[in-house]
Amino acid sequence: MSDLPTVPATAAPRRSGGRVRVSGTDRIFLVVMVAIPTILVVLWVWLPAIASVVLSFARWTGVGGLDTIQWIGTENYKNVFTNYPPFAPALRHNLIWLVFLFVLPTLFGMFLAVLLDRELRGTRFYQTALFLPVVLSLALIGFIWQLLYSRDQGLLNAVLHTQIDWYGDSRWNLWAVLVAASWRHAGYIMLLYLAGLKGVDPSLREAAAVDGASQVRTFFSVVFPVMRPINIIILVVTVIESLRAFDIVWVINKGTNGLELIGTLVTANVIGEASRIGFGSALATIMLVISLVFITIFLSTVMRGEQR
Amino acid sequence: MSRPRSESEYLARLIPPSVAAGGLSRRGFLKGTLGAGAAVSLSSLLAACGGGDNGGGGGSASKEVTFGSNQSDAVPKKAYADMLAASGLQVKVNTVNHENFQENINNYLQGNPDDVFTWFAGYRMRFFASQGLAGDLSDVWGGLSGFGDAFKQASTGDDGKQYFVPLTLYPWALFYRKSVWAEKGYQPPKTLDELVTLSKQMQKDGLVPIAFADKDGWPAMGTFDQLDLRINGYQFHVDLMAGKQAWDSPQVKKVFDTWRGLLPYHQPAALGRTWQEAAQSLLKKQSGMYLLGMFVGQQFPKGKEQEDLDFFAFPEIDSNIGTGAIEAPIDGFMMAKKPKNEEGAKQLLKYLGTAKAENIALKADPTVIGASSEADSASYTGLQKKAVEFIGSAQSIAQFLDRDTRPDFAATVMLPGIQTFLKNPNDIDGLTKSLESQKKSIFTS
Repeated sequence: MSDLPTVPATAAPRRSGGRVRVSGTDRIFLVVMVAIPTILVVLWVWLPAIASVVLSFARWTGVGGLDTIQWIGTENYKNVFTNYPPFAPALRHNLIWLVFLFVLPTLFGMFLAVLLDRELRGTRFYQTALFLPVVLSLALIGFIWQLLYSRDQGLLNAVLHTQIDWYGDSRWNLWAVLVAASWRHAGYIMLLYLAGLKGVDPSLREAAAVDGASQVRTFFSVVFPVMRPINIIILVVTVIESLRAFDIVWVINKGTNGLELIGTLVTANVIGEASRIGFGSALATIMLVISLVFITIFLSTVMRGEQR
Repeated sequence: MSRPRSESEYLARLIPPSVAAGGLSRRGFLKGTLGAGAAVSLSSLLAACGGGDNGGGGGSASKEVTFGSNQSDAVPKKAYADMLAASGLQVKVNTVNHENFQENINNYLQGNPDDVFTWFAGYRMRFFASQGLAGDLSDVWGGLSGFGDAFKQASTGDDGKQYFVPLTLYPWALFYRKSVWAEKGYQPPKTLDELVTLSKQMQKDGLVPIAFADKDGWPAMGTFDQLDLRINGYQFHVDLMAGKQAWDSPQVKKVFDTWRGLLPYHQPAALGRTWQEAAQSLLKKQSGMYLLGMFVGQQFPKGKEQEDLDFFAFPEIDSNIGTGAIEAPIDGFMMAKKPKNEEGAKQLLKYLGTAKAENIALKADPTVIGASSEADSASYTGLQKKAVEFIGSAQSIAQFLDRDTRPDFAATVMLPGIQTFLKNPNDIDGLTKSLESQKKSIFTS
C-alpha cells in the first residue's frame, strides 16, 4: 500500500498541470535560449517583413531620412496591377514555374527514389549522379546549361540542326530555364523521398505482399499514405523553390524578355539604380501574401496531423 | 585567444568531481561559447566604430585614397590602372562589374562608398548630387583648365555647384569596316531613304545590314535616341527625357514607327545577343554596319583591324531638323559625400582632370577621346581624330537615354518597354500609352 502514493509523489515535482518546473539557472538558460532565436527572428524576419508592408504604401527613393517618405496610400498596388506591364507575365511565370516543378521534376524525383529504393545494382552511383546538381548553385546551373543551349556552339542546336537561341528567345527561354532548374530539383526531391522510403517499416510491405497486393498497389495503397509527412514536406519544398526562383533567371538576363518573375521585379525596383522602394515593396508584399497562402495551408495540415 | 582558456576554466568550475551530469557540462560549454561570441561581436563592433572615427578625423594620417571603378572590361580597366598609378598618390582601386556598379549605386553611395568613384555626366549625375549623395567639387574645378563651357555645364548640379570631373567621351554613330565598304562600293548614306537602299543592297550581298543586340536592355536605347534626335530634334529629346513631353505623342509614335520600318534590316533575335557578340559580327564581316558607341572598337584587335573601323552620323530624316544633334556620353568621376580622405580625394580628382591623366587613359583605350582640350591629340588614331571632329562640329550633344532621364524611369519602364517593342513592333499605340502612364506615376515624385 505504501508503494502506491510514492509514484505520484516523485512525479509531482516534475509535472504539475503540464508545466515543467525548473531550477533558477535552468530557467535563465531557457529564457536566454528562447530569447536569442526569437530576437533574431523578429529582427531579421518580422521587422523587415512588416517594414516592407508599411513601405508598400509609400513613395521613397531610399535616400535621406525617414522624413523624406511620402505616404501615397494604395497607389503602388494600383500601379502594380494596372500600370506595370511586366507584372502580369511575372505572376504567370511564377505559376508556370510552380506547376511545372510539381508535375515534372517532383514526380520524376519521387519515381527515381522508388526505383533506387529497390537496391538496384550500382544504386550508390545513381544516387550520387542524380544528387550532384543539388550541390551546385542555381546560378552555376544556368551557366552549365548555357553550354547546351548556346545558339552557335550549343549541343542542343547541333543535335537538332536548329538555330534556336534557347535563353534569348522569349518563346523558348522560360521552358529552357525550367528544364535546367528541374535537373536540380529532381535530385533534391529524390533524396528527400529516398530518405523517407528508407524509414518505412518493411513489415508493412511484407504484410501487403502476403495479402497478395501487387508492387504498384502496395506503393499507392500502403507506402504512399504512410509517407504523408514526407509528401507534405516535398509539396512545401516545391512551392518554396518555385516562389524563390530568382538566381538562375538573374544570371541569364536579369529577369527580362520572357523570364520575368516576381522576385526579379522586386530586385529590379528596390536594389537597382532605380530604387523605387515603395513600389518594389508592394511587389514584395504581394509575394508575401502568395507565400502566406501556402504557409497557412502547410501549417494547418501539420498541426492537424500532430493533433491526431 | 581568450576563448579556449575561459572555456576550460568554465568547464573546470562547472564539473565538480561528484557530479557526472553530461548535460551540465554541455550547457557550460554553450554558455562559454555564447559569451565568447558576444565578446567577439562587441569587439568587432567597437573596431568598426573606431575605423569610422579615424576616417572622419582627417586625411593626414592615411595617405590612401580609395577609388571605386566600374571599368571592368579588360581594355579600360588597364587604362585606369595605368592612369591611377601615375597619380603619385596611393590609390586603392575597387573594380566592380560595369552593370552591377550602376545597379548598386544607391546602396553604394549611402553605405560606405570609395572616396572617388566613376560616374556619368548629365541627369544621371544631377539626380544623385541633388539628393546629397555626392561631394561638392567647385574648388577642384577652380584649379582645372582645358574644359570648355559645355563640359562645365555637364558637370554642374541643379544647385550650380560642380559635382563631376570629366575624363573621356565617345560618340554614338553608325560604325562600319572601311575595307568591306570599299570592296562593295558602298557610300555612307545621307538620308533615311539612302540608308534603306543601302541596307537592301547589303542584304543582296549576303550581309546583315545593321548589327543589333539588346540582351542587356540598354544598347537599343541608343537607336531610339538617334531616331528621336533626327525626327524631333534635340530640344524635344531633352524635354521628353525630363518628363515634360508626352510619350504617347505623335512625335514619339513616329520614332517607333520609323524604327519598325528599319527593323527588317536589323540583325534578328537581338534580345538574346550582347553588344559584344554583335560587334563580333561586324568584325567578322558578317554585318555591314552597327549603331553603337565608339566602344565598339574594344572588340577589334589593335592595329590593322581597329584602323579599318570608321563611322558616319545617323542619316537625316527631316531636313528641317538636320543632323546637328549627336550623342556623346561623358564618363568621369565624382567624390563621395563624406570621403575618408577628402584632401587626397580632391588631389586625385585634380590630377584626373589634367591632360596628363587623360593622355595615359587614352593611350590604353583608343575608343574614347579626351574631354580636356589640352589632351594630346597628336597620338590619336584616325578614328579618334574623326571623333574629335565629329563632336566638335555638332550643334548639340545629348548624353544617352539612361543618362538623360531619371534612373528609375530608364531602368524599370524604358528598358522593358523597348524590349517589348522589339518583340512586338506592331502595337505602338498600346506601348506608347503604357509608357506615358508609367511615366506619370514616376515623374510625380
